[in-house]
Amino acid sequence: MELLRFAQRNYNLLLRALVEHIQLVLIALVLSVLLAGLLTLVAMYFRGAGSLLTYIFSIVYSIPSIALFALMIPVLGLGRTTAIIVLVLYNQFILLRNFITGLGGVDSGIVEAATGMGMTKSQLIFRVRLPLSLKPIFVGIRLALVSTIAIAIIAAFIGAGGIGLLITIGLETGNNNRIIWGVILSAGLGIIVNGVLVFIEKKIK
Amino acid sequence: MNTAIEFQHVTKGFKGASYNAVNDVSLSINEGEFITILGSSGSGKTTLLKMTNRLYDPDSGNIILFGENIRDVDKVLVRRRIGYAIQQVGLLPHMTVAQNIAIVPKLLKWDKKRIEARAHELLELVGLEPKEFSSRYPAQLSGGQQQRIGLARALAADPKIMLLDEPFGAIDAINRLNLQDELKRIHGGLKKTFLFVTHDINEALKLGTRVVVMNEGRVCQFDTPENIAKNPADDFVKSLINSCREQEKFWEGLT
Repeated sequence: MELLRFAQRNYNLLLRALVEHIQLVLIALVLSVLLAGLLTLVAMYFRGAGSLLTYIFSIVYSIPSIALFALMIPVLGLGRTTAIIVLVLYNQFILLRNFITGLGGVDSGIVEAATGMGMTKSQLIFRVRLPLSLKPIFVGIRLALVSTIAIAIIAAFIGAGGIGLLITIGLETGNNNRIIWGVILSAGLGIIVNGVLVFIEKKIK
Repeated sequence: MNTAIEFQHVTKGFKGASYNAVNDVSLSINEGEFITILGSSGSGKTTLLKMTNRLYDPDSGNIILFGENIRDVDKVLVRRRIGYAIQQVGLLPHMTVAQNIAIVPKLLKWDKKRIEARAHELLELVGLEPKEFSSRYPAQLSGGQQQRIGLARALAADPKIMLLDEPFGAIDAINRLNLQDELKRIHGGLKKTFLFVTHDINEALKLGTRVVVMNEGRVCQFDTPENIAKNPADDFVKSLINSCREQEKFWEGLT
């Protein structure tokens, strides 16, 4: 009951934290997908680039998020931009792995027939590989989105705002209501977004 | 008579193999012939075929199509001029039958009306009712129907040369016989040069106007089916013919 009363009193605070968080996540996601798409194209055109890129970003991915945020502060300073850059870096491993294996995993008979008919490399990528790997691409985006929702909480430590700020202030001031609402909002957001995307995913052939 | 395809001392090896996949092959094929290339797996028959549309390039030697050395022509352009059908068919599952047939004409920028008319005509040629099949997706077709579409697609831009890599390899015996008969009929009406790879000796001798027998990268014999059956050139060809005769005996024993 106390939780509900807290929410009634601090309705604006919670809503702002949620909206800020969603903004942060969406900006990071859009940039992540753009960068990963570009890197995937590089991987498609240059043999060996794919495994090299995946390897590099797997190392980045293995750094604990709080350490990576801390590492970036001397380079980029505090704030939202730094947070977004870190989130984008994290997402590259998840996205690249799904994009590259998706595009590369198209049935070899289809690729051979399309090549044999005289498609150029670009035509093969955009008319054959891309439309036939929508599912793994979508799965990659879903995983990245859900993980970004979680990691963005940590970004509050470097001043990115959002739900994470709710929790950090709660921790600093010993306000359990803030902490619990932070957890409810972030977990709820993650679960709902994941559920919706899984539903859409099932519709993709 | 025009020479359609000429292989001049063509050799191609793959890393780690103990012998060349294709070893010093020279063949001269006339326009309008139906050439079958017969060999077991590892004989180099598919490698030879794939060098004809530059999916592979030879290590040495030349391949001349209608007087033109394909080494000097852009790979993509060579392929668009040549029909190509394979065992896995490789229809694009996100496109309808009509769209699949239209792939090469579209790459060649034909206008829409011409493409539609061509798809219609080709569906009739391969024995599928255009109205019923045009807007179907590959997943809604049987294996035999898919391969018919594969053939129609390979024929779409009216290529002078057709390369067929075991197109009936994955099709059941009854449908395969039908498709063989129809392919023979299609060839007869078109004046195109067919290069057809198979490991099935019956198929090779039935379809080919001449047959190339290959073993370990070399051509053992290149002759008409009759001459191959009557005068096998070496022990390998002999053993192939004998294996057929053995089967005949087996059948006679059953009936």
